[in-house]
Amino acid sequence: MKALRFWLPLVALVGFLGLAGYMLTKPKDEFVESRMVGKPLPFFTLDPAVPDRPGLASRDFATGKPRLLNIFASWCVPCAAEAPQLKALAARGVDIAGIAIRDRPEDVAAFLARYGNPYSAIGKDDLSEVQLAIGSSGVPETFVIDGKGRIAYQHIGDIRAENVSMLLKKLEEAR
Amino acid sequence: MRWALVPWAILTMLAAPAGAQDSMPPAPYAYRQLDDAAQEAKARALMETLRCLKCQSQSIADSDAPMAGDMRSQVRIRIAAGEEPEAVRAWLIERYGDYVSYKPEMSRSTWPLFAIPLLLAVVAAVILARRLRGRA
Repeated sequence: MKALRFWLPLVALVGFLGLAGYMLTKPKDEFVESRMVGKPLPFFTLDPAVPDRPGLASRDFATGKPRLLNIFASWCVPCAAEAPQLKALAARGVDIAGIAIRDRPEDVAAFLARYGNPYSAIGKDDLSEVQLAIGSSGVPETFVIDGKGRIAYQHIGDIRAENVSMLLKKLEEAR
Repeated sequence: MRWALVPWAILTMLAAPAGAQDSMPPAPYAYRQLDDAAQEAKARALMETLRCLKCQSQSIADSDAPMAGDMRSQVRIRIAAGEEPEAVRAWLIERYGDYVSYKPEMSRSTWPLFAIPLLLAVVAAVILARRLRGRA
């Protein structure tokens, strides 16, 4: 009994250090997930980011058809990396709306000329207002918006080739 | 001769890698204070307790990231429009969760942080009282 009372604090300390050491070896989760998933898209109206595509407003989403909402920027390197995947999704008949964050029209146009333009509409968000309103914390991010205009899913970071079928499934579920 | 290159080598190491960043001008109230000093003080106090989402160990008041500037601008515009700081904080928490706020909040997941020190203090007081009584 006495021995137990003597060793217990040490055992507790070693246990705590072990746990702390173990947690230190785990990589830090840098992603801040949006809490807006499951909620309706907040109200917004954005001017066109390029002359040859219309701008974007929240009312364009509750049309009965699920769409992808891609948050991107011409100055963002992973956004260029996900371009082939967006192209593949568009080729499968997915309607992709874009929001260009803090971007100049000529830079967006040059970006699209170089990497392809999979968007049916692109709104310009020069003050990250819509980005903040939907709980997005970086570029690129891709949201699945269901036919009722509700945010159904958030993909953080660039879309890799292996994510394409997952997004197609999420779109199917959001019908 | 070779040693003459050392300072250059050190300077090269110090140079920060160019991060992906836009070339747009900052948001209107990213670096501009509100004209009303009382409102600016309110906005300032709030900004110091909001986390920059791009640079997660800094507050938006501390960060020069464009997104932090956009958040500051939005905070200032909302405060200037008469919104209460706690309402702005609640708006952001609704979007990003408790993580966006540095202000300690008692919630279902954080209450042990507040309860355990109190509990330990009580235990310490009981032990101390018993020992002192035994001595007297």
